[in-house]
Amino acid sequence: MLTHLQKLEAESIHIMREVAAEAENPVMLYSIGKDSAVMLHIAMKAFFPATPPFPLLHVDTTWKFREMIEFRDATVSTLGLDLIVHINEEGVEQGIGPFSHGSAVHTDVMKTTALKQALEKHGFDVAFGGARRDEEKSRAKERIFSFRSEDHRWDPKNQRPELWKIYNTRKSPGESIRVFPLSNWTELDIWQYIWLEKIPIVPLYYAAERPVVERDGTLIMVDDDRMPIRPEEQVEYRKVRFRTLGCYPLTGAVESSADTLTAIIQEMLLTKTSERQGRVIDHDQAASMEKKKQEGYF
Amino acid sequence: MAHQSDLIASDILAYLKSHEEKSLLRFITCGSVDDGKSTLIGRMLYESKMIFEDQLSALESDSKKSGTQGKDIDFALLVDGLASEREQGITIDVAYRFFSTDKRKFIVADTPGHEQYTRNMATGASTADLAIILVDARKGVITQTRRHSLIVSLLGIRNVVLAINKMDLVRYSQRKFETIEKDYREFAEGLGEGHGVKFDITAIPVSALKGDNIVTSSQNMTWFEGPSLLEFLEEAPAGENLEKAAFRMPVQWVNRPNADFRGFSGQVASGRIKEGDAIRVLPSGREAKVNRIVTLDGELKKAVAGQSVTLVLDDEIDISRGDVISEAKKPAEVADQFETTLIWMAEGPMLPGRPYLLKTGPKTVRATITAPKYQINVNSFEHVAATKLELNEIGVCNIATDQQIAFDPYTDNRETGAFILIDRLTNATVGAGTIHFALRRSANIHWQALDVNRNLRSNLKLQKPAVLWFTGLSGSGKSTIANILEKKLAAMGRHTYLLDGDNVRHGLNKDLGFTDADRVENIRRVAEVAKLMSDAGLITLVSFISPFRSERRMARSMMEEGEFVEIHVDTPLEVAESRDVKGLYAKARAGDIKNFTGIDSPYEPPNNPEIAINTVELTAEQAADNLFNYLLERGIIDT
Repeated sequence: MLTHLQKLEAESIHIMREVAAEAENPVMLYSIGKDSAVMLHIAMKAFFPATPPFPLLHVDTTWKFREMIEFRDATVSTLGLDLIVHINEEGVEQGIGPFSHGSAVHTDVMKTTALKQALEKHGFDVAFGGARRDEEKSRAKERIFSFRSEDHRWDPKNQRPELWKIYNTRKSPGESIRVFPLSNWTELDIWQYIWLEKIPIVPLYYAAERPVVERDGTLIMVDDDRMPIRPEEQVEYRKVRFRTLGCYPLTGAVESSADTLTAIIQEMLLTKTSERQGRVIDHDQAASMEKKKQEGYF
Repeated sequence: MAHQSDLIASDILAYLKSHEEKSLLRFITCGSVDDGKSTLIGRMLYESKMIFEDQLSALESDSKKSGTQGKDIDFALLVDGLASEREQGITIDVAYRFFSTDKRKFIVADTPGHEQYTRNMATGASTADLAIILVDARKGVITQTRRHSLIVSLLGIRNVVLAINKMDLVRYSQRKFETIEKDYREFAEGLGEGHGVKFDITAIPVSALKGDNIVTSSQNMTWFEGPSLLEFLEEAPAGENLEKAAFRMPVQWVNRPNADFRGFSGQVASGRIKEGDAIRVLPSGREAKVNRIVTLDGELKKAVAGQSVTLVLDDEIDISRGDVISEAKKPAEVADQFETTLIWMAEGPMLPGRPYLLKTGPKTVRATITAPKYQINVNSFEHVAATKLELNEIGVCNIATDQQIAFDPYTDNRETGAFILIDRLTNATVGAGTIHFALRRSANIHWQALDVNRNLRSNLKLQKPAVLWFTGLSGSGKSTIANILEKKLAAMGRHTYLLDGDNVRHGLNKDLGFTDADRVENIRRVAEVAKLMSDAGLITLVSFISPFRSERRMARSMMEEGEFVEIHVDTPLEVAESRDVKGLYAKARAGDIKNFTGIDSPYEPPNNPEIAINTVELTAEQAADNLFNYLLERGIIDT
């Protein structure tokens, strides 16, 4: 009798092999976070002794934590994988950034638009993403194989029925598919699997003394000197960690002393706010994620 | 998320260890609109403490704003997903929810109880180990209950919980509960006699709203001695039977990183396999032994149902994606014609004779459906005569595939007995089916290999066979042009035959009318005839309206590569109608002829015909000349 994690792992492997066999030009979106770490780990298992027959794609907004980039490069070189890094150069030329333009514009230009650019530039027809159905209400209805129209939009009312584990991967010209092999994992499953399989994760998940400022009730880490410090603000060192990772100006730190994996899981289980609260982009109205997804945000 | 377990705070390692051993149960909840399904699921999420503090405060404020429970928490709001649904107060699609107890992780398929119910329920049921059938204690077994039970049975779920809900509204009456349970058991007896499975039923009286018998035994129903719903779900079998079945592994991926390694990757669908076991590959029937079971975590001595592995065999036999590796002594069956139960999921109807793609596991083949033997009325279970299936209808049909595939009857194996149908033009998933058995017809008729073959026949005639397929509206000039072209070819001593739509309908196809289904069959037959004629070495001219792309595509796919020439006789409707050589348009406009192409039946022009003829600019003679030159250029004829 398999345990729940063994079943979830086997299901994810099955999904990845289906994509590898049927897609023309697949890619794995690698965001460097814990879900990506699990997805990548499973991809290594799915094709062993071969390496995964697709490259990784990181959409770099140029505002990621420096430790994330170091971790990314180290991981890719250890595993011997192909990595494509895409930056929206037009956005860079226009000087788009979270401080100057706010989170909405920054995310739209440097993340959503950049992702579309990258997929189109390389002609990827299928992209793996690490999203889970338990993350957020609208995700609960998304298929494992989720179709996007030519302009990368998601139509929640027109999804293909997905029966058994038979995936219909056929698409019309211009359409692309997002595939979510971790659909049925929960946040606890992810952490438990990382613990069980000893999967390396970015050190930012562990508590450490880090320079932060408190801004609008959120602790923002001063990761480089692009961050403008307001007159009333003070940079102070506090023992903090991150529950999710993204652009450093948009990712709130939490004060914590959890500096081991088990302590993180313990804290996660005892904590009283759900995962996405740390992300500044979700703080608008309730249906925000559904709207973003229809527009092509992953 | 506040798991109750004190272990989290006191001994996190022990907690993680205990959760490592958790199993997984997938179930589906079925109920009609007001049975309290969302409330039940919301209640289970709430009771298993899978709700975060921030979600809870949002829930409390939402309940006051748009809830239906006055000041109390409306658990249904927890599971309402999409914004459009929240506005309409309905659930429109299958959603998946997750919760866990100390013993198990659960995945719940939450499916709507109203329109699209068949499609969505079948989707949710296809992956479920167990079904909860929800009944309102005030209403008892109603039409929807029967309908839900039929679908659950057809999808092969044996383990069923009859949750009799809203017991608080019938004063927790034991008599009420027992009457409904008895009614349901009597009705369910009949289910196993069709093509579904027989249920193993557990009835539990609950109140999702008040929390009775959900987690712990209810103090309001001390007369009930069975388990609470969650207690039962924690102990119910979760796919153990699969391990006992015969070994099957559909091959997803041939793993060849280098010349020294050749492995076959897949997820074990059923049974178990160990090193040294003899296997048979289907449909080829070749046999070998398992040398190694390879994973990144080291080689395994054995693998069981559900595991994703890579098998290395002792013999270099030819295996490709879609083949099924099975136990040598208990192999899967192989056939190309089947009786099946088919659930139709598309807006357009299923048309017999139209080619679809059939996907079972990783294997995709072409398939055609013969007319339904009967349709199953989902409310009365009656068998009704039918010529096609509409959206959300269920029928029993025979299906023929263009090649042999490995399979098991669905009631024996849900993995190797299931398939989906895909529309070749829209790529939509249009149907889902379960295989009952193979039709022996195909096994006993072998293809006779003949010594005089098509090459020899066409060489004797000093020509290349071709099928010149004229498509266009009635009165567009197809037959006129085809007739002139045939005369030119005959004058050169070429061997030809002209199949004319009207003429064939006087003989071979005189039993067919003009419905969509009959039009499909009309084209299938004439395409088969054209195929025989080109096999005989002839240049065949086919002059048929042939209004649908998919049938023309089918005809093309039946011929040898390069042999099919699609000729679009492109005459605008106004022009054809104004010519109205046979007076048919006038009759159609007057309503004397039904289903007339261009008037009340669609014509789908070719996207990429080999050649298009504009009959407004060209005379029939010029058009035939153009075609003649085209055949010369293509080398189909020479001078």
